[in-house]
Amino acid sequence: MAAILLDPLAAIGRATLGACRAVGDVALFALEGVSHLVRPPFYGRLFWHAFVEVAWFSLPVVALTAVFTGMVLALQSYTGFARFNAQSAIASVVVISLVRELGPVLAALMVAGRIGASFAAEIGTMRVTDQIDALTTLSTNPMKYLVAPRLLAATLALPLLVLVADVLGVMGGWLIGTLKLGFVSAAYLKSTFDFLQTGDVISGLVKAAAFGFIIALMGTWCGYRSKGGAQGVGGATTAAVVASSILILALDYVLTEIFFAQ
Amino acid sequence: MSYGSDDRRMQAEPGTEGLNRSTMVNTPKIRMRGVRKAFGPKRVLDGVDLDVAAGQGVVILGGSGSGKSVTIKCILGLITPDEGIIEIDGVDVLKLPRREREALGDRIGMLFQNGALFDSLPVWENVCFKLLAQNRITRAKARDRAAEVLAQVGLAETVGDLSPAELSGGMQKRVALARAIAAQPDIIFFDEPTTGLDPIMGAVIDGLIVDCVKRLGATAVSITHDMASARRIGETAAMIHKGRIVWTGPAGNLGHSGNAMVDQFANGLREGPIQMELRR
Repeated sequence: MAAILLDPLAAIGRATLGACRAVGDVALFALEGVSHLVRPPFYGRLFWHAFVEVAWFSLPVVALTAVFTGMVLALQSYTGFARFNAQSAIASVVVISLVRELGPVLAALMVAGRIGASFAAEIGTMRVTDQIDALTTLSTNPMKYLVAPRLLAATLALPLLVLVADVLGVMGGWLIGTLKLGFVSAAYLKSTFDFLQTGDVISGLVKAAAFGFIIALMGTWCGYRSKGGAQGVGGATTAAVVASSILILALDYVLTEIFFAQ
Repeated sequence: MSYGSDDRRMQAEPGTEGLNRSTMVNTPKIRMRGVRKAFGPKRVLDGVDLDVAAGQGVVILGGSGSGKSVTIKCILGLITPDEGIIEIDGVDVLKLPRREREALGDRIGMLFQNGALFDSLPVWENVCFKLLAQNRITRAKARDRAAEVLAQVGLAETVGDLSPAELSGGMQKRVALARAIAAQPDIIFFDEPTTGLDPIMGAVIDGLIVDCVKRLGATAVSITHDMASARRIGETAAMIHKGRIVWTGPAGNLGHSGNAMVDQFANGLREGPIQMELRR
């Protein structure tokens, strides 16, 4: 009887300990990865390869997401604001929402699905096929070779992607505003830029850099720690996307509190 | 042509400055004493003692799960043993600082069971990976060096431009061998070098291993459960069972060693002191 009562407690205890271990391991992994960014040798080619992969090849998916988000935002704002004769606020709502929140978060979520999964799958496959051990035997530190360049690349690439997403998202809102909702183009753009402040853009870019780091960290960590063949790599890939998505949303709240809480 | 390793061999190893030449000659290249390793409740190594003389070719035999791979991974530093001593040229590598331990890796080559070639790199970059990673060679020279080493393992220069995924199993093994010897190491490990190959290709790979090891004058440690391969590539054999070395002797004596375990294993007999753990 006691065993039946204690079993769920034991399971909760095990899960808690496992979670604490994982958090500690991720923190140490991140510290070691970052420490290799300032200690030679540096792998410039690998950084550039990862940067192009994150920034350039994620561009179409981020661009489409941003354009459609801007369009939907303009439409939804119109249906709501029209009830209060506040249609003139649509441009400012679109730009503030996009630059502060939706641009960084949606771009990061799309990149987490694309790049986080790709990092986890690639490094996970290397783990289960002994390629990471092979790196060690070839006098190459796997953290320096596999993790550090990806951390740096994603941290620098995400702000660029978010800048593009911001511009395209505003353009999507402007398209709907002028072509469908009857706004005058110049008035829409003036309203957009009047309400936008430098701090809004900077906060979005800082969020983007933090999200980029999280995506690369979870992708590389899940891949690096994967075990057990194809199933393990599949699990690592899923875990990387899920973990980075949740962390992006949680970190978004924290950063918003830091930047905008009164 | 030398790519630095010969010069390094002339220098004293870290921590060996006080050893005179006769001591160095008598010191085993690799010495393991009481090496133990457990993964959770499963004890894989239970006090491994092994000496490998410089220039010797040693084959470690044993069934699946007997601890062969863990033994060489401990020597390579891929796994840290729970206790014991592992010395290379008389230096306890487990006590070396991380940087010196990594430097020791410059003198070691390894051929993995499945090749472990980097599929994101062409063959020539795989072959010269260590030389390129340490900036010991330019990319242009690395191509030439890769062609040279690929020729030593019987592969054409054009193979260098292929991706590892485009190669057959035998060719992948040969590329992996080329990678293991490209930096001219003085210790080379071979993990199941003939696994997954047909008998003829297995014999070809064994021949290449023997030639390459002789040419480099290297110490070779192989693990296998392929008896034909063991006789071809090993001068000395060591049998590991339940995490302990239970016999060492000339590889030529395998099958008629006088040790019941070794003879059972070498002759593939079902009956004998080694009982496979089968669940019914």
